[in-house]
Amino acid sequence: MNRTYELMFIVRPDMTDEDLDKLIAMLQSVVPAAGGTVKRVEKMGKRRLAYTVRRFHDGIYVLLVVEGGGPAIHELERRLRVTEPVIKFLTVRIDEEQKRLDKVKKLRDARKKVSAQPAAPAEPAPAPATETPATA
Amino acid sequence: MAEETKATAPAGERPAGEERRPSSDRPGGDRPRFGGGRGPGGPPREGGRKFFRRKKVCKFCVERIEDINYKDYRLLGQFVAESGKIVPRRLTGVCAPHQHRLSSAIKQARNIALLPFAGRAS
Repeated sequence: MNRTYELMFIVRPDMTDEDLDKLIAMLQSVVPAAGGTVKRVEKMGKRRLAYTVRRFHDGIYVLLVVEGGGPAIHELERRLRVTEPVIKFLTVRIDEEQKRLDKVKKLRDARKKVSAQPAAPAEPAPAPATETPATA
Repeated sequence: MAEETKATAPAGERPAGEERRPSSDRPGGDRPRFGGGRGPGGPPREGGRKFFRRKKVCKFCVERIEDINYKDYRLLGQFVAESGKIVPRRLTGVCAPHQHRLSSAIKQARNIALLPFAGRAS
């Protein structure tokens, strides 16, 4: 089951950097046990929340990209739920969307190549034409 | 007679110029306000165009933005009214497939507090 998920979560703004690192390390250690791999960890920094969450106006955003099946996500979400400093989280499956994007990109690249090929032979043609007035 | 039609021409054009201004910064909060600069452009004259309406095009098609992601709250914010509502596509000109992706992305962003459910982000 190779699926890619994106877990975004918000921790309370008064959390120290080392505590945050510890929390992330804990989450990372959970994933392999449940049959998944952590692809990417991104600390997106402190940001103002669009609305108050548990009486907090700010939060530190963290993004986790995980590859694996349902059990890994289930375990991660459970951990996030019971971890007190985490005030909100969201899991999004991204592999299908990524597949679609790759397809679109491939299609566009192919189209670009087709449009570039006729343009290439067309370019040398005007070059002699501009030369002739120079020699005359 | 000819003079009159000439005189009406600039009058008809002026609202068009006025209208272009808000639409150029369309990403702003101008759009949701109904008839902000658009309204009936001046008194309707018979014969000429009653008011000029700019052809709306899908931003995502024009700029080739295929990835409508919930993390890109700045982009999504352009399609959210002051009140926090998703702006209907008859006002923004977004095409149906993109509006579909857009609305789901906005809803995801709301869930993770990147965009407000209601009201301005304070």
